[in-house]
Amino acid sequence: MSPEVLSTPVVETAKAPDRAHSRARAARRRRIVVAVSRVLLLAAVLGLWEVLSRAKIIDPFNFSMPSKIWDQIWTWITHGTALGSLGEQIWYTLYEALLGWVIGVVGGVVFGIAFGRITLLADVLGPYIKVLNSIPRIVLAPIFVIWFGLGPASKVASAVVLVFFPVFFNAFQGAREVDRNLVANARILGASDRRVTLQVVIPSATSWIFTSLHVSFGFALIGAIVGEYIGATKGIGLLVAQSQGTFNSAGVYAAMVILAVVALLAEGLLTFAERRIFRWKPSDSDS
Amino acid sequence: MSTDISPAIELRGASKTFRTPSGGLHTAVRGLDLTVGRGEFVAVVGPTGCGKSTTLTLVSGLEEPSQGEVLVVGEPVRGVGDKVGFVFQQDATFPWRTVLSNVMAGPRFRGVPKAEAKRKAREWLARVGLTAFEDRYPHQLSGGQRKRVALAATFVNDPEILLMDEPFSALDVQTRALMSDELLELWAGTGASVVFVTHDLEESIALADKVVVMTAGPATVKQIFDIDLPRPRKVESVRLEARFIEIYREIWESLGEEVRITRERGAAHVA
Repeated sequence: MSPEVLSTPVVETAKAPDRAHSRARAARRRRIVVAVSRVLLLAAVLGLWEVLSRAKIIDPFNFSMPSKIWDQIWTWITHGTALGSLGEQIWYTLYEALLGWVIGVVGGVVFGIAFGRITLLADVLGPYIKVLNSIPRIVLAPIFVIWFGLGPASKVASAVVLVFFPVFFNAFQGAREVDRNLVANARILGASDRRVTLQVVIPSATSWIFTSLHVSFGFALIGAIVGEYIGATKGIGLLVAQSQGTFNSAGVYAAMVILAVVALLAEGLLTFAERRIFRWKPSDSDS
Repeated sequence: MSTDISPAIELRGASKTFRTPSGGLHTAVRGLDLTVGRGEFVAVVGPTGCGKSTTLTLVSGLEEPSQGEVLVVGEPVRGVGDKVGFVFQQDATFPWRTVLSNVMAGPRFRGVPKAEAKRKAREWLARVGLTAFEDRYPHQLSGGQRKRVALAATFVNDPEILLMDEPFSALDVQTRALMSDELLELWAGTGASVVFVTHDLEESIALADKVVVMTAGPATVKQIFDIDLPRPRKVESVRLEARFIEIYREIWESLGEEVRITRERGAAHVA
């Protein structure tokens, strides 16, 4: 046996983990660079805003400044708002949005699947649904305040009408686009119409439905906020309206920040649920 | 005539006309007469797009004939019956169900209790060699493994009639030969009557007792050939036998003409 034959594999095995190691280090370095750049970018934008506003290059009355916005949030957290504690306002808005979202989603899914499965229903009611959908539904919010008063019901109603349509159309599309082979296979295997709906149509429409859930939670928040803005006794939308009434621009921005945090948390929860439900799907890295 | 001696499948002058999206009429099958005996393995070959698959959907009850009659075990077909199994050309496993749950689907749909369905499903998974994969989802399997799941899911229902629509056409050549052998083994134990649609003449001769040659669309039976090769057969070796080649040549003379007609029509259509 020549020494080369012996030595070559030794070099190889020594090299391989080294290369993997350096690749892992490069990936880690890249992650750090991305994270640091993000933080720097945010700091730069906020810093610029603060400096420009303090130097009166932009009007501090209109544009406020990050420090004032933070002060406002802090005041709300520690001393409560004019309407009561901040937590209560957040909870109120969240409650209205969630309730509206759930009702809208359930309604949208049930009607969407039913329309997708029962052609007669789709043929008869299709045009009316299109007409309803073409109304800019946010103008219904004032009507709902008149109908249901200043309490949560009117906000829930405006959230429902905003959520229903995107969910409905996605569920409808999902039910329509079910793989015909899967339906034929289920029928051959002995599934009744009800089973086909429950065990083939609904599972295969779930990915369509979930796409709309992400968008529609945002819509539910919009519905609740606009409803509160128009007339309410509690909620973040009312906080915005009051801040506006007192020309407190920092208050408007502060409410926006709070809403963004709430929306991001909800989005995170939804993504988590989606991962659990779609375990059967090939992940992007697989394909 | 008692039902005991009636053939497994009988098509009498069956025709099927579809309405095309542009509003025209397309006749897929015209005046089709075909009889499949009990326990017989019949392969149907014909040029692509001639209406072979439509024949299967008529027998399965997924579609009704526009004219004529379709009888299964002496009874006219009314909707999807419980005697029929169907293996599709495309993947028809449920992607959201695990392998085991896919195979359990048939018995569960038919009201078999869960424990019993699970036992039967495991038995068939063992026969197709997928016991170790019962918790996987279809996307985690290879094309051949998914076909095995489809076979197990079909056989677990104990079909008297087995309809197969180019089931192995999406597989690579080696896998296809392997699956054909497995199909013959699985079928041998069941006594089911099979109609196997394919455009691959070699495959049809290797598998079947009887090869039916269809005309260019609209499809009708052109000629029927009996395949007298002894069973059990091994797909890879049977095709090298002198008798096989002789049969192949004989059938191709009939089929080749229809293929040519289809091709000329296609060319005229393009021009």
